[in-house]
Amino acid sequence: MHPGLLSVVIWLPILGGIATLSAGDTRAQLARWLALATSLLTLAACVPLYLQFANGTANFQFIERAEWIPALHSQYYLGVDGISLPLILLTVFMTVPVIIAGWSVVEKRPAQYYAAFLIMEGLMIGVFAALDSLLFYFFWEAMLIPMFVIIGIWGGPRRVYATLKFFLYTFLGSVLMLVALVYLYLKAGNYSIASMQQLPLTLIEQRWLFLAFLVAFAVKVPMWPVHTWLPDAHVEAPTGGSVILAAIMLKMGGYGLLRFSLPITPDASHELDWLMVSLSLIAIVYIAFVALVQQDMKKLVAYSSIAHMGFVTLGAFLVFFILSATGTTKGAVNGLDGAVVQMISHGLISGAMFLCIGVLYDRMHTREISAYGGVVNVMPKFAALMVLFALANSGLPGTSGFIGEFLVILASFRASFWFALLAGTILVLGAAYNLWLVKRVIFGPVANDKVAALQDLNAREFLVLGALALAVLLIGIWPAPLLNMMEVSVQHLLQQLVASKIPMSLQ
Amino acid sequence: MNLLGMPANAWPAIPEIWLALSACVILMVDVYGGGKRRGLIATITMLALLLGVVLSSNFGMVLQHTVLFNGLYVADALGTFVKLAGFVAMATAIYYSQDYLEQRDMVGGEYYVLCLTGLLGVFVLISANSLLTVYLGIELLSLSLYALVAFDRDSGTAAEAAIKYFVLGAIGSGALLYGMSMLYGLTGTLDLDTLSAVVRHGPDGAVIIGIAFVVAAIAFKFGAVPFHMWVPDVYQGAPTSVTLFIATVSNLGSFALIARLLAHGLAGLPEYWTQMIMAVAVMSLALGNVVAIAQTNIKRLLAYSAIANAGFVLLGFATGQSAGYQAALNFTIAYVLTTLASFGLVLMLSRRGFEHDEIADFKGLSTRDPMLAALMLVLMFSTAGVPPFVGFWAKLWIIQALLGSGHIWAAVFAVVVSVVGAFYYLRVVWYMYFEAAGDRPPAAPRWRMRLILLINTLAVAALGLLPNALLDICQRLFP
Repeated sequence: MHPGLLSVVIWLPILGGIATLSAGDTRAQLARWLALATSLLTLAACVPLYLQFANGTANFQFIERAEWIPALHSQYYLGVDGISLPLILLTVFMTVPVIIAGWSVVEKRPAQYYAAFLIMEGLMIGVFAALDSLLFYFFWEAMLIPMFVIIGIWGGPRRVYATLKFFLYTFLGSVLMLVALVYLYLKAGNYSIASMQQLPLTLIEQRWLFLAFLVAFAVKVPMWPVHTWLPDAHVEAPTGGSVILAAIMLKMGGYGLLRFSLPITPDASHELDWLMVSLSLIAIVYIAFVALVQQDMKKLVAYSSIAHMGFVTLGAFLVFFILSATGTTKGAVNGLDGAVVQMISHGLISGAMFLCIGVLYDRMHTREISAYGGVVNVMPKFAALMVLFALANSGLPGTSGFIGEFLVILASFRASFWFALLAGTILVLGAAYNLWLVKRVIFGPVANDKVAALQDLNAREFLVLGALALAVLLIGIWPAPLLNMMEVSVQHLLQQLVASKIPMSLQ
Repeated sequence: MNLLGMPANAWPAIPEIWLALSACVILMVDVYGGGKRRGLIATITMLALLLGVVLSSNFGMVLQHTVLFNGLYVADALGTFVKLAGFVAMATAIYYSQDYLEQRDMVGGEYYVLCLTGLLGVFVLISANSLLTVYLGIELLSLSLYALVAFDRDSGTAAEAAIKYFVLGAIGSGALLYGMSMLYGLTGTLDLDTLSAVVRHGPDGAVIIGIAFVVAAIAFKFGAVPFHMWVPDVYQGAPTSVTLFIATVSNLGSFALIARLLAHGLAGLPEYWTQMIMAVAVMSLALGNVVAIAQTNIKRLLAYSAIANAGFVLLGFATGQSAGYQAALNFTIAYVLTTLASFGLVLMLSRRGFEHDEIADFKGLSTRDPMLAALMLVLMFSTAGVPPFVGFWAKLWIIQALLGSGHIWAAVFAVVVSVVGAFYYLRVVWYMYFEAAGDRPPAAPRWRMRLILLINTLAVAALGLLPNALLDICQRLFP
């Protein structure tokens, strides 16, 4: 065990970001190299984290615990389990391509650009690693600042509208969570997440707390009908911003549901599972149709993200239906497993899709699907990769996209045939919008002179997309390391879910 | 223990004595020609304030509840802390104002004397142990402020603001006196230590009316709704350096007023005043946050923000519990710290003939002056209550106090309106970072000004990362 490893992974990028910022926009080359070095060093620091992680226990590992705010009984308390570690690895892994992808593209205030992403990286890791809910909230909210700036400075024409909408939407969601956390603190006596999970709560309390958490996490996931900020934010954000938004920030909602909503308010989760499952199914079916009609590539991928995140929430809340349909929790674990795998896989695939769109946008400065056509003729390498990601996005077996969706659909069969049927439509609709996108953009005759003049991927872009393609295939073909890593933690979560927290005297 | 024949039991009053003495000396220096030398008076004033810190922390450091001067005056740890904060805030405010005043030829020594007497008013308030002392303090503070607001004699808006402030302020003082007279009539005592015990025996109706007048006066001093009408006009009309004084040092005075009068004097009767304070607080939060959205002038914007923030402080007091008072003190300190820097920044960016007080003047600041833009970003996010800055902990603590006393809906309301409020702080960031620069370049402040501003902002960030020190002090001051 390395004491302090998690702190290194959190603070290294933040300090690196501050160093990059002070390098200044005039010394852009220095800033780029500093940023790349920081992100690579952080990646290197994650290697021991991965290697020394013990799969066989649901206990938190790499624990760091120090006094932070004794006046509020809040500690600097970090640790990871099988659910948070994959997300941390994803965060660290996705930041490197974002830095490289901006290399020669970002001309405007480059130092600030890289600094914002690095600071973001540290804060996001902090969200996943925090075991003290106040520390969690601290990182959770602080993260909004760099993202606000990223969309606002480097975004598209309607960036101010998009970034304000993004900020206010998520801010409104999270302040209610803060009220819930303070309420739990006053009952539990400290801010540690574990003590909140053990706290007995009446059903009425749980209901309100569940709803407060739900507002925060549903906005972040985003669940239908509070998803409307996402297409705007995605379309207006610069490529790197879209990648981080889709790959990591959306996962925070899912992570929050697994870490807070389900274990802290299991009875309310049980009671309101119909709501969660319906919203998830609406997201999967309805939003997939919405994705089908998009004219803008980024918007299409943004809507497909919402549909795919619907699988995460579906998988997480199927447990209770399985329990009442079959009387056992056997098989429910598939749903939770699927939810986590889907988060990781969607992180990789949607990030890759946005990077692909970024490649096209850098050359043509448009994201309209109709402006393209026949890209394969001039960019064969790019076309091969983009087709791979599009197929992965529609859940092709052999890619990571398949594993998560398959597990969730498997679990939904145990709950109800109709759930499975509705969830299964994603396989058809997902294929439809992804393949249609590919058909219109990549295949066919060369559409116009601009397309004819396109240059294929350069080495830098190829490296970035190639690495992501490898990761997508690796998880798709050999998911065992990922599944093993989270198995025990998911089992533990399942036990927490089915145990009622209503005080004995009231049951 | 006998300095200049001062009786030993007057030691706890050393901050006040020192301030009064300094004000007289500065007046004399000014009269006998010191005013002609640039910056001399300002330097002397700042030195006097810093010496005040040294003197009070060495000799006037009273941690026990000590009553002096026949029960008129109290010294305790809370008072000492607020006085130290007052010294530092005043010194910083004067430091930020130097160039501004010089550029506008407001170099008269009276300015500094009035600042010191205003601060003395704050000190008297925080040391008040009798209704009379409270009144004395509030008048000393207010009269100095009226004069300061009108200090720029040639400015029409300043004169208008001063008249408005004076007339409404006189009504506020009248209400306070009237309420006090009713309390005195019912109890026969002016002593805050014994007041609540005696009031309890009075007839209910009269007590409520008396307390209502007192609460109205407090709300007036805070600029809380429905007694907020003076705030936007005074903030905008007064010279920015005076606005800085009102928003920071005078805010400490408002805190002192409510802490002594309600939290201490009427501590035994929370059921009489907590609901009134709650109503005032909720209205202030709603109005301040919503109306601020429509503002185009940064001083006016910060005025509405001040109304909203007063709502937060009052929410802390509305709990009627020491946890709430701690939170309110913490909020006040955090607010003063942040506001000092944000008004300081506005002061520094303005130059002769250009006030830099329209929000649109901030457009493109991040390309013109990246450092100041970054500092303003920190300050705006802190005021909006976003971690990792001090403003977040201030709000968190208020919310915690509200939930702890069972006011769940007030807590939910407070957080929801602060989301509304976040919008107008974000707009400043938006103008600085997302917009192209306009054609009115701001001033480029000198390095020694930037340095203090940087330290001030770093304190906002440092207390955000490691908030325990401040929280701990606040917890000790209201046991």
